[in-house]
Amino acid sequence: VSGDLRSIADLAPLVASGAVSPVELVRGCLERIEARRDLNAFITVLADSALAEASRVEREIASGVVRGPLHGIPVSVKDLIDVAGTPTTSGSNVPPLHPGVDAPLVARLREAGAIIIGKTNLHEFAFGTTSDETAFGSVRNPHDPSRSAGGSSAGAAVALVEGMCFGSVGTDTGGSIRIPAAACGTVGLKPTYGEVSCEGVVPLSRTCDHAGPLARTVADARLMFGALIGRSIAASRPSRPARLGVPGGYLLARLDHDVRLALAATRRALAAAGHALEDVEIPSAGITPDVYLHIVLPEASQYHAPMLATDAERYSPGVRLRLEMGGYVLAEDYVRAMELRRQLTAQVDAALERYDALLLPALAIPAPPLGAATVDIDGTPEPVRAAMLRVTQLFNLTGHPAIAIPAGTTAGGLPIGMQLVGRRGGTPELLALAEALEPQIAGGSGSGSVGGGTE
Amino acid sequence: MQITDWLRTACADADARGLPELKPLLETLARATARLRDADEAHRRGPTRREDRP
Repeated sequence: VSGDLRSIADLAPLVASGAVSPVELVRGCLERIEARRDLNAFITVLADSALAEASRVEREIASGVVRGPLHGIPVSVKDLIDVAGTPTTSGSNVPPLHPGVDAPLVARLREAGAIIIGKTNLHEFAFGTTSDETAFGSVRNPHDPSRSAGGSSAGAAVALVEGMCFGSVGTDTGGSIRIPAAACGTVGLKPTYGEVSCEGVVPLSRTCDHAGPLARTVADARLMFGALIGRSIAASRPSRPARLGVPGGYLLARLDHDVRLALAATRRALAAAGHALEDVEIPSAGITPDVYLHIVLPEASQYHAPMLATDAERYSPGVRLRLEMGGYVLAEDYVRAMELRRQLTAQVDAALERYDALLLPALAIPAPPLGAATVDIDGTPEPVRAAMLRVTQLFNLTGHPAIAIPAGTTAGGLPIGMQLVGRRGGTPELLALAEALEPQIAGGSGSGSVGGGTE
Repeated sequence: MQITDWLRTACADADARGLPELKPLLETLARATARLRDADEAHRRGPTRREDRP
């Protein structure tokens, strides 16, 4: 990696003072995008408009107008989010949308002075976690191009890791921000359900969809989140050591060996820093995949029904079959799933009554090989899709905010991510906690060992 | 609707639509539906439900 990997927090004062030129930042990102076309991170690169906007912003800053930390910063958005005048492909051969207006979240980024540099690649219609079903080429992991970059917001994570932008926006219906963040070694925030507008975003499941930032640091995720909600979130430090609950049972039952070591090392590092960690139970967590299936499948199928009727052959075969399956879910089972969802939400709420946050991995396995159907966990095969979703999808059902934070690497050098889950409506508090714990969680990041050292 | 009846109908429909490759997925969904209904039943019988309190 040779791109500019500075954080937004580091760059903002330099841009505001005129020491760093937004035009030069955009040029650097464009060079990096061109240099790593092989990773398939972007679907649309908005080179001309980004350079024009950077020139305009540069003059604005020179005149003394500074709108905030994102002013003059190149960012990308996942290509299922509307950007006026640019096709919204959703990573599909199905005819794209041609929006005349920006999605509200894009408008918010522009109001904050951010420069939209392009639209990133994804698992087709966000309906997958490996980003190898897309009309624009499989998204490749920068740490090992034979492996998946996760998904569905894979291009967003790759763009950050490779210096193609300084912040990115993705969507997360079962883990699609946190999974690629963990697979590629960056930060990904799924806010509380409904906090960031999903208007102008192609839906997968309207009751599980969340939009949020991917960023290089938690502080940058906070700055991006503030822009996305139109309200600055001040940096703050928790006033006392954290109390963390570590859920067991289903959520941790099938972890890759190195991920399990990383969790143990993270626990030790946090305990050594004075934080309190206890095991906590979410009794019905094991029903999560079944509840999820009976909600997401029919909600996705409902949106796609008109396109399936006219353009079914244009979908990737696997995505099409999952969408077709949703048409067979009975209404009574959808209602059962929604009732059980309320139970799960109450259980996560109850678990968080005694703790500031829950701690668990953000991804149960390291990035799998592209095209793999199963992965080996403790000597037995596990379907990749199930393994990828295991630790994240519960919090899409319940709407709790959750953030993925880099936590070192496997022995083979693949990134591992940890996840903190906060109280509903408590995204700013979760960000403050995550910012405080980020150094301990990062631990031995980049050293070829799991976070906090090896076990 | 019983799951066995639902699965038979759904698989016949998939065949009629020229989508036989959908049938293994429908069988997987049927197993998930069975677990969902079991969980729903257990939830209804749970001790914390208001209607079960004396």
